[in-house]
Amino acid sequence: MLDFRASVIAVSYIVSAVLFIFGLKRLSSPATARSGNRVAAVGMALALAATLLDAQIVSFWTIALGTLIGAVMGIYFARTVQMTAMPQMVALFNGMGGATAALVSVAEFIRLTRAGEAIGLGEGTSIVLGTAIGAISFTGSIIAFGKLQEILPGKPLQFPLQRLINALILIAVLSLGVVVVVADGTAQTLWGLFAAALILGAMFVLPIGGGDMPVVISILNSLTGLAAALTGFVLHNQMLVVAGVLVGASGTLLTLLMSTAMNRSVANVLFGAFGAASNDAAAASTAVGRTVRQTTPEDTAIALAYARSVVIVPGYGLAVAEAQHTVRELATDLEKRGVSVKYAIHPVAGRMPGHMNVLLAEANVPYDQLLEMDQVNGEFPQTDVVLVVGANDVVNPAARDDPSSPIYGMPILDVDRARNIIVLKRSMGHGFAGIDNALFYHEKTRMLFGDARQSLTEVGQALKSA
Amino acid sequence: MSQELILGIYVFIMAIFVGFEVISRVPSVLHTPLMSGTNAIHGIVVLGAMLIAGSADTPLLHAIGFIAVVFGAANVFGGFVVTDRMLEMFKKREPAATEKKDA
Repeated sequence: MLDFRASVIAVSYIVSAVLFIFGLKRLSSPATARSGNRVAAVGMALALAATLLDAQIVSFWTIALGTLIGAVMGIYFARTVQMTAMPQMVALFNGMGGATAALVSVAEFIRLTRAGEAIGLGEGTSIVLGTAIGAISFTGSIIAFGKLQEILPGKPLQFPLQRLINALILIAVLSLGVVVVVADGTAQTLWGLFAAALILGAMFVLPIGGGDMPVVISILNSLTGLAAALTGFVLHNQMLVVAGVLVGASGTLLTLLMSTAMNRSVANVLFGAFGAASNDAAAASTAVGRTVRQTTPEDTAIALAYARSVVIVPGYGLAVAEAQHTVRELATDLEKRGVSVKYAIHPVAGRMPGHMNVLLAEANVPYDQLLEMDQVNGEFPQTDVVLVVGANDVVNPAARDDPSSPIYGMPILDVDRARNIIVLKRSMGHGFAGIDNALFYHEKTRMLFGDARQSLTEVGQALKSA
Repeated sequence: MSQELILGIYVFIMAIFVGFEVISRVPSVLHTPLMSGTNAIHGIVVLGAMLIAGSADTPLLHAIGFIAVVFGAANVFGGFVVTDRMLEMFKKREPAATEKKDA
């Protein structure tokens, strides 16, 4: 039988696991989502408090100091980050979790070998996989963070023999793992594996384009969950196994949902080096002197004011310019004039699925004005004006019409079927996929260049006198 | 294989099913907060870091444990706070939602 302390820990862990599951369940509805997150946080607090009772813990100051520093850092970044930068924040926190899992695995290996304890096959395998997956998740997340934060170029980075080199690193990781498990490898061997896995994580994300980062972060998120579960096997701790696997399973499902929305397989995202090959071709085709028709805020205001139906298509540009409130004010003014206004939400507009919903919800846009892709695509032919605010790839007709385009097959919003299209954009620069967009050269399209918030403000002012 | 390992594998498999079952009902609007929320939950790995740091008996293990606790705690606290901030914006729709700042 367990002694009293061990029983308290075990029962607390069971309660925590239930709280995690309830928390995740409550996250499934907008009305209960916030409380769901808090329920999960309570589960976490309980699990961590119970762990402090563990007889194995003899000194507390390292834990206290480390938790304090980590908590202050985490809370500070989480509270100060801009809404637009939240995806990369998730990547960064995920990377830290991955690093933790890898370090825990290595430390436990060092402790066990030094104590002269035999390491079983199950434990050894868990240590090796926990170290490798945690390390890959760490550097992979850091690279994803760098790409989204635009510290690193968003374009796929490729060099000769890349796949061969990656394959060799992978083989190195696997062979070192085999040595550690079956051939009594030393701590040095495991550190070597750790280093190789760090390089592999970076190499694996570098050739992936910025547009695919949401899928990558989702994959890395589930990998960190798996790594956490593996440390549970190493430390004989069921709490880690349960919580880690919950994340691993949900993250995998979320990854599949995201790639479905982009009509691409996960393998294609990981190994396709999307957008790299097409850049030259796209640049060449732009040079063929197609014309872009510019418009002014005043003309835009008139076009909107005298339309019967307007559909707004928000994209990353809206997020960058923090124009969600301005766009909502413009929509309200239009509605006062009797114009029907809807928002067309592409599942992967912005940097993450749901990114646009989050931003527009912040600006108090009613849910029933937000239309999903399938709902809205049938309405475009009857729409007088489509206002594209900083979206690009998700409205690129090449995805539907041009089999040679790298985004061919991705479901898009058929805005080119509307009667008039006005595109708000900073410049003629490419979207995240790094490819040209025929929509901008369409005869029905007018371009309004400038920062989205600035442009929308000017349109709003012009509307008042229109 | 030890009895404990087999039990662990059972837990592992059951948790996969629970994870899939619970998540599959989440609407796409909530995918970003969900990713962020699950991200916070895998911060549970800080628990392992605590066990390492608390039982460390060499400077090396102290150092590894300390770094792991810092990273893990950042994952947990940052993860839950950032998710809460995202979800804060999913307030219930109210008719006159324009001036709510002074509430």
